[in-house]
Amino acid sequence: MNAFGIFTQLLQLLLTVLLAPLLLGWVNQCRAWLQNRKGAGIEQPYRKLRKLFYKDAVIANNASPLFRMVPYILFGSMCLAAAIVPSLATDLSFSAAADAIALVGIFALARIFISLAAMDIGTAFGGMGARREMLVGFLAEPALLMVLFTASLISHSTSLTETVETLAHRHFEIYPSMAFAAIAFLMVLLAENARIPVDNPASHLELTMIHEAMILEYSARHLALIEWASSIKLFAYVSIGIALFVPWGIAQASDWLGIAFALPILIAKLLAGGFGLALIETVMAKQRIFRAPEFMGTAFLFGVLGMLVHFLLGA
Amino acid sequence: MNGLAIDLIVFAAIFWIALGLVGLAARNNPVFVRWVIFPLGALVGALVAVSAFLADAPETAISPLGLPDLPFHLRLDSLSSFFLLILGSATVGISIFSAGYFRNEEKHLGTICLQYHVFLAAMTFVLLADDAFLFMVSWEAMALSSYFLVTTDHKIPEIRSAGFLYLLMAHVGAISILLYFGTMGGDHSFDAMRKTHLSDVQATFAFLLAVFGFGAKAGILPLHVWLPEAHPAAPSPVSALMSGVMLKTAVYGLLRVVFDLLHMELWWWGVLILAIGLATALFGAIFSAVQSDMKRLLAYSSVENIGIIFVGLGLAVIFKAYSMNALAALALVATLYHCLNHAFFKSLLFLCTGSVLHATGERNLGKLGGLIHKMPWVAWTALVGALAIAGIPPLNGFVSEWLLLQAFLFTPGLPHSYLNMLIPVAAAALVLTGAAAGYVMVKFYGIVFLGQPREETLHGAHSTGKWERAGLLWLALGCVFLGLAPFFVIRHLAEVSMLLVGANISPDKAGWLFLAPISPERASYSPLLFMVVTLCAIGLAFLAVRRFYHGRMRRGSPWNCGYPIRTSRMQDTSEGFGQPIRQIFEPFFRIGRELPSPFDSAPRYSAKTEDRFWYWIYLPFARAVEYMAGIFGKIQQGRILVYLLYNFVTLIALLMFVQ
Repeated sequence: MNAFGIFTQLLQLLLTVLLAPLLLGWVNQCRAWLQNRKGAGIEQPYRKLRKLFYKDAVIANNASPLFRMVPYILFGSMCLAAAIVPSLATDLSFSAAADAIALVGIFALARIFISLAAMDIGTAFGGMGARREMLVGFLAEPALLMVLFTASLISHSTSLTETVETLAHRHFEIYPSMAFAAIAFLMVLLAENARIPVDNPASHLELTMIHEAMILEYSARHLALIEWASSIKLFAYVSIGIALFVPWGIAQASDWLGIAFALPILIAKLLAGGFGLALIETVMAKQRIFRAPEFMGTAFLFGVLGMLVHFLLGA
Repeated sequence: MNGLAIDLIVFAAIFWIALGLVGLAARNNPVFVRWVIFPLGALVGALVAVSAFLADAPETAISPLGLPDLPFHLRLDSLSSFFLLILGSATVGISIFSAGYFRNEEKHLGTICLQYHVFLAAMTFVLLADDAFLFMVSWEAMALSSYFLVTTDHKIPEIRSAGFLYLLMAHVGAISILLYFGTMGGDHSFDAMRKTHLSDVQATFAFLLAVFGFGAKAGILPLHVWLPEAHPAAPSPVSALMSGVMLKTAVYGLLRVVFDLLHMELWWWGVLILAIGLATALFGAIFSAVQSDMKRLLAYSSVENIGIIFVGLGLAVIFKAYSMNALAALALVATLYHCLNHAFFKSLLFLCTGSVLHATGERNLGKLGGLIHKMPWVAWTALVGALAIAGIPPLNGFVSEWLLLQAFLFTPGLPHSYLNMLIPVAAAALVLTGAAAGYVMVKFYGIVFLGQPREETLHGAHSTGKWERAGLLWLALGCVFLGLAPFFVIRHLAEVSMLLVGANISPDKAGWLFLAPISPERASYSPLLFMVVTLCAIGLAFLAVRRFYHGRMRRGSPWNCGYPIRTSRMQDTSEGFGQPIRQIFEPFFRIGRELPSPFDSAPRYSAKTEDRFWYWIYLPFARAVEYMAGIFGKIQQGRILVYLLYNFVTLIALLMFVQ
């Protein structure tokens, strides 16, 4: 544990937490452009957070303490996820405490708590949202783990920083196992972040909503924390994708120059990734909720296939 | 402390029996039995746990009891001491809980007390036995005492038939174990069995008998049918003991047989155990997701966890067969740690259902809800148990899952190429099971403790007493401790893996803070750091929000998208919550649906989800037995003359045979 590691760790955590809403704003702005709208500007999520933080919280009469704790738990666990996913540098001092499996565990922790909070008030929407969220998670979590396993089979390590370093040192070519993993990962990313085609972040239609149904009862600062946590989650997921599939350019050695170079590269990749996400959301339609298991099942199978291909071809 | 530990544990077991007898004698004074006998039993459990944890070398003893010329041999080695640790530490919580729980059972309290403590003593002797005689005697004592505990409320016909099923499965298993000991030959001491060398065919035969026998006790597919029947029937502390501890004695038996007594591992034995384990785990997870009775749900969840334990065991056998001892040790440590974890979180959840049952009189999830307001103590400890069982970091369930996945991931190429392909598929199935456990636990916890009360009667639910709280707290703290400080137990497990597979994982290299089974570069996990950082992040977020913004809050009626009418009946039911799983995995279930016609004036819809194995195996088997019994019934004439004739014919036949 050197001072540099701690510095990069804190820097990356701070950047992620502060910049995450910006990525969300960028995705929304891109989508607006693609849909021939003017859009609200990429700083809109900050305005929304500010507005929410200043409001008075209204909480249902029969809410339990769990309900009020969950936004903080979500925010805390997403900060942790942001800390261990190597986005800026691979010299992260905290990465030894939590590896790829623990990362999936953190997402599971957040998912279970938000589902429990959704069931706490006892409304029809809350329970329905919780059920759907757990259904999506039930298939998405193994798929994500399979993707991470494929990467760790290549690097012989489940530590995320070790994996990313190994991947970044390889030549640029298409590895069949990682290609399958990339498809699986993209599907998981869409499902886990409540994006089209599994969920629609812009809709409050009772028949289709998942994520929004769960947070209906939240308001003000609690809602702000949840929204913020969701944007950190999106940021973390996009970062995982970048780190696993296009890791080139990440700061590896303990030098200050590397970080200075890594930052603009990361931003460029995030901008491209965000645009890609907006593109997917624009050209695809929302699926019926009953199709979600098929979608996630496909992702899971692609993940397993990636792992099998690695065993078969060794690449 | 050479020789001391085993003496202490034998003393503890005898003390348990004595406590049971005192309890029976003092049955007219229920307060004495509850407040003195059960807490003393808990203390004895602590004694067992501590002496098992501190015992070092293998210790042997010969009991003066036993049959003439056949003294009982006792032996305490690191394997049995680890399982005694499980027994003792879980018993502490369960016995303390029982001190409060059995207040409504004043009529049967004396017999419950006796059977409960005999059950504990029998399990102790199963773990200490060093010959087949003592093993079988205590195995049977364990089965019988638990049978009587299951049928405590024997006036209810369902409970009687559940008890009968349990007894039947226990005995089918016991016969198989007896046959196994028969094939091992020798003078039936474990020492002699260790020295005999069997051919591959004989050993395989013995192995299959052992898998069947111990599998029937553990509840592997398709011998799991007794679990979902017996657990709802039994009083909750008994369910907790059976699920948390007794199932582990079967795992102990199988470990003892495969690694110690047969000490020859063929790779396909491992594949068999692995396949059975995966099927059991997936089946258990899927079935627990569609249950509506909270104890049945937990029973299926036990089936799932036994499956996970068997997966680890199978993996260890495969690695051992190819002399990859370090990996075998990793898989074994994961398996054993999961046994300990399961003892804690499953006992905890069963006890929580017991408290809920006492407070509401209801086992059906569809009639519960909102209990976090009425029973906060139970609800918060149950949350710990539910998160632990769902494998959420930093609790204990995650640690064993993590270790097991590490064992799967670092298979550096088994020599068998098909096997090599199977390992990732098995890992995928295991991960799917873990995710399903999360689904099940959200369903269980959300429906029982959160939301609005689904019935009017729930408004009168009362909280639990002090004894119950203490018992629940012990188990919940155990889950947290085992999650945060796995190092201390895993270091202890190194001796077990040395004994069984001749290698150990080296946790010492990474220090007590980190868990790094192979090397820190390959994988490391630090639950304590994880916890501290998460808590810091949560605390900072909380303080920042408090500091920079006002903390104003109002209470109002729920928003609910603006719909004004909102009753507790509009919440998701347990059937509703399980519906997606029922739909995705429809071929697994036998579903009987009754749909109303559109013209019904009082339409009723019902769907019943059943286990296909009943129809595939058990009912045909029962019919065959009945048919055979009918045939044999024909030769039973009930007249002495006919029986004398049979005797005569047999005698003639034997005489001819001898010549």
